[in-house]
Amino acid sequence: MDTLEQLGRTFFDGEAMLAVLPDLLTVGLPNTIILALASGLIGTIFGMLLAVMGISRSRVLRWAARVYTDIFRGLPAVVIILLIGLGLGPVLRQLTGSTSPYPLGILALSLIASAYIGEIFRSGIQSVEKGQLEASRALGFSYRSSMQLVVIPQGVRRVLPALVNQFISLIKESSLIYFIGLVASERELFRVGNDAASNTGNLSPLIAAGIFYLCLTVPLTHLVNHIDTRLRVGRRERPEPDEQAAKIGEGAQG
Amino acid sequence: MKAIDSGTLTGRNLHLSFGSNHVLRGIDLHVERGTTASVIGPSGSGKSTLLRVLNRLIEPDQGDILLDGRSVLKDNPDELRRRIGMVFQQFNLFPHKTVVDNVSLALRKLRRMSADEARAKALAQLDLVGLKHKADVRPGNLSGGQQQRVAIARALAMDPEVMFFDEATSALDPELVKGVLALMADLATAGMTMVVVTHEMGFSRNVSDTVTFMDGGVVVESGPPAAIFDDARTPRLRSFLSDVL
Repeated sequence: MDTLEQLGRTFFDGEAMLAVLPDLLTVGLPNTIILALASGLIGTIFGMLLAVMGISRSRVLRWAARVYTDIFRGLPAVVIILLIGLGLGPVLRQLTGSTSPYPLGILALSLIASAYIGEIFRSGIQSVEKGQLEASRALGFSYRSSMQLVVIPQGVRRVLPALVNQFISLIKESSLIYFIGLVASERELFRVGNDAASNTGNLSPLIAAGIFYLCLTVPLTHLVNHIDTRLRVGRRERPEPDEQAAKIGEGAQG
Repeated sequence: MKAIDSGTLTGRNLHLSFGSNHVLRGIDLHVERGTTASVIGPSGSGKSTLLRVLNRLIEPDQGDILLDGRSVLKDNPDELRRRIGMVFQQFNLFPHKTVVDNVSLALRKLRRMSADEARAKALAQLDLVGLKHKADVRPGNLSGGQQQRVAIARALAMDPEVMFFDEATSALDPELVKGVLALMADLATAGMTMVVVTHEMGFSRNVSDTVTFMDGGVVVESGPPAAIFDDARTPRLRSFLSDVL
């Protein structure tokens, strides 16, 4: 009984959770969302660039995209975050006078996200049937317009679930920013929970932070499943039997 | 349909290789304005490739392409393709756009028409193929025959001088073939210049003005339908005809 009680106090101490709640809500949650959204957005833009480079007809561009992707997907996130966050700190300070590593955290997360999102976009774009590009070119569109208007929109649509998954990863990975040291007002969910846990010697604040993460990620997971089903099943009308084209004769003479 | 005052198409000594595979070995094809040329032959004979070379989706290694007597090899290929409509075996409609947007896309982006103008023209074009009432659905909700008629409307919307059909009915269920062939026959009657790669020997014999038989990347025989179907000179054509008829 004692052990159970002790475990209960360690993980689910209501008072400790309540005590950390204001910080989680006003500091941790906004920062986690800012980190994930900002790096998700930048990662999407650079990822698209990488994807287009990756399917480009220029060998140099393809190669550059390949090397970038291999490096940033191949290294542990925390290594990149430390190298960028600590390594570029002095440069940022010289350029802007700011000592906050926060933007560098966003940069590091964005660079990692770009590599993954680039691969997601590339696989989506390459999965579009060759006939789509051919039909668009046959109408008189240039390669560039064909990609922009016809091929890429279809490719992106197919990988929406993978993109949302990537965003879920970013929400979780944003906790690694903890390693580059942030001031109190810049702390994200994990750091807020972890600080409170260290101060009180009780793990309940971390559980509270965990619940916040789940509130963000679980709905997104279900969103992924929903999009996935929609994309696979589609909202289709019942196809009608092909009525003989009544107007065929009239039309051709008009 | 707009009065067609151009469209004579000539391919001269066209060669194309993919690596060591010599797909076209000196093809000559002449299609007089307002006539329909059908191209027949066994699979892999280079028919579909020939169409793609004639509108420069694939650049020939050698030879010349003339539209109205003028070489178009130095033109911007995108501009050339705006003058030549093409219909594919697999329709290749844009699945993420509605039927009317499929037809109006090139009008808006390439002809620089306003959205309203392009939509009106697209609807008129869809009316011609009997599918105006499907304007706002996605192609995925249409039968194969309907999709192919939309694809024809999409190509016609650009007022092409020549239309290419690449086995346009090969992917259709048998009961849907007739409607598409009837539409193609109407176009031919209306004076469209057409190059039709087909396995439909009935269409080739009854609708086209000239028939070209290709095998192994060369033109084996070419002439009016009667000469090809009733009076084949070469053993290769005779054996092909006995296989398909």
